[in-house]
Amino acid sequence: MLDWGWMADHLPVLADKTGQHLELTVIALVIGFLISFVVGVIAYRWPGAYPPAAIFAGVIFTIPSLAMFSALVPITGLSILTAEIPLVLYTLVILLRNIVAGLRSVPRDVVEAADGMGFGRSRRLVRVELPLAIPLIVAGLRVASVSTIGLVVISGTLGVSFGGLGFFIFEGIQRGFPTEIYFGAVPTIVLALAADRFFVLVESLATPWSRSRARGGAT
Amino acid sequence: MSAAARAATVEFRHVTKSYDPVALRKGAPGAVNDLSLTVPAGRICVLVGPSGCGKTTSLKMVNRLIEPTGGEILIDGVDAATRELSELRREIGYVIQQVGLFPHQSIAENVATVPRLLGWPAARRRERADELLALVGLDPVRYRRRYPAQLSGGERQRVGVARALAADPPILLMDEPFGAVDPIVRERLQNELLRLQEELAKTILFVTHDIDEAIKMGDLVAVLQTGGILAQFGPPAEILAAPASDFVAQFVGTDRGLKRLSLARVADLPPRSAITARDGDPAGPARERIRADPFPYLLLVDADGRPIGWLDQDEIPLDGSLHAEQAIPMSPLLNRRTTLKDALSMLLEADVQTGILVDRTGRAMGLVTAGMIADWLRDDGRPLATSDVTPRVETAAAAVRA
Repeated sequence: MLDWGWMADHLPVLADKTGQHLELTVIALVIGFLISFVVGVIAYRWPGAYPPAAIFAGVIFTIPSLAMFSALVPITGLSILTAEIPLVLYTLVILLRNIVAGLRSVPRDVVEAADGMGFGRSRRLVRVELPLAIPLIVAGLRVASVSTIGLVVISGTLGVSFGGLGFFIFEGIQRGFPTEIYFGAVPTIVLALAADRFFVLVESLATPWSRSRARGGAT
Repeated sequence: MSAAARAATVEFRHVTKSYDPVALRKGAPGAVNDLSLTVPAGRICVLVGPSGCGKTTSLKMVNRLIEPTGGEILIDGVDAATRELSELRREIGYVIQQVGLFPHQSIAENVATVPRLLGWPAARRRERADELLALVGLDPVRYRRRYPAQLSGGERQRVGVARALAADPPILLMDEPFGAVDPIVRERLQNELLRLQEELAKTILFVTHDIDEAIKMGDLVAVLQTGGILAQFGPPAEILAAPASDFVAQFVGTDRGLKRLSLARVADLPPRSAITARDGDPAGPARERIRADPFPYLLLVDADGRPIGWLDQDEIPLDGSLHAEQAIPMSPLLNRRTTLKDALSMLLEADVQTGILVDRTGRAMGLVTAGMIADWLRDDGRPLATSDVTPRVETAAAAVRA
């Protein structure tokens, strides 16, 4: 069945590809988050700006990833941009929606109380609205990270210097060598699960008040 | 706290708020039409009326959450529109029905919100938060580290009041502050606010749709009607006694007489003395005295002057002495602080519908009859000239005999 010896021999390559996979994922998430954050805050403050931004991000999301990676090659060549541009674009629809939904989920009375006490707009955003939007924003990051980890695999179609763990999957398919396919697929799944757990932990650390709520119920 | 004025005068001058048709379709709050009224410093003014009467709009124009279309609001003579917005709001405490505590901040942080905006050092903020929690009846040690979600509705609203008072603002705006808590908690919070107010003497604008709450809380009550028209403005007793229009009369309710009774106390009635005799006194002279009085009952008291019971003038023996066993016990005992509403209720329930006014030591001081209370109501609660007193008592006695 599986060729355990082959796997043992290729552990250093696995570490290398896992590192690359993470790197492509983190860059895409950070840039995607920064863009979504700025657009999301603008769309929250000026609600008229939200529909066009959401439609733009939604339309991009419908483009097949395989097609988008290939379509960029004539423009950006085989640089890292060719991989990152689609990865970033695919995060936008998830992150933007969640950031705006998070900000809009802040209860009306809380916002009104903040206004009535003389918070300015920006202070209200930083001290009240963003902290309360954290659960939905982090929920967006969870989904976006899992989806990006999957898409990094597809970027392997661009060549051996892309794709992270996807390298093994594509090579394994080419060679008809199942061990190598598993060698790429299983760590990808583990990575996605780990990313998901990571953001659950981040949310819990960033929102101490929601942990106390559960405790407070008994008192 | 600074030595600045602890309360400020709030004056509405021809204040108008109108909405364009688009805003109206979107469900804009009530409009306000040429509202002029002055709330003197340190008083509670309740804005009351049906929904859509503009009471909340009027309140929110004071801290400019809503900007007036016309007219001006003066705070200690200064037009609020000329003030820097955040600065103005930090000087006005704001309490709303849903409280609006920050779920992500501890109770102490919530209370110290405005001090933090004003840049107080952390140690002073903590001290102030503890002080205010104690003031609203929450133990700082138990509560300061909790989060709002861990508190009951009543506790949350106490924190809301503490937060509004944190920077010792001269004005407090309260928008249906007790509307979301159950009736028992509401009454307790109302009483505590009145107790606090005796100490703090803030200028409070208080919005409610509940006329009973308005009467209870207000030094002054402004009754607004749909369209933001001021229907009547005055002390609650005046509004109940002399409603300015059919609308006000209907809004205060057909039981406004009973409501007035809850505002007045036995001390407000003209005094009416009782014919008394002591236990063991000779019967003959007592019988003569009571026959000369229009009220047909003799009040038997003990050696210390405390009431024992009534003797019907026809039942008093011609000679011998008076005994406690002959007396019909007991009438309701009232004191000068008993509200007329409570007094009337006690009288209606009692076998003898005449109450005995007693002093602090329990000695009988006089009588209170249902008729006297009815007369007080009929006379619109106006304080009586001395010459009015005598005939009124006769009427009261006649009413009881009838």
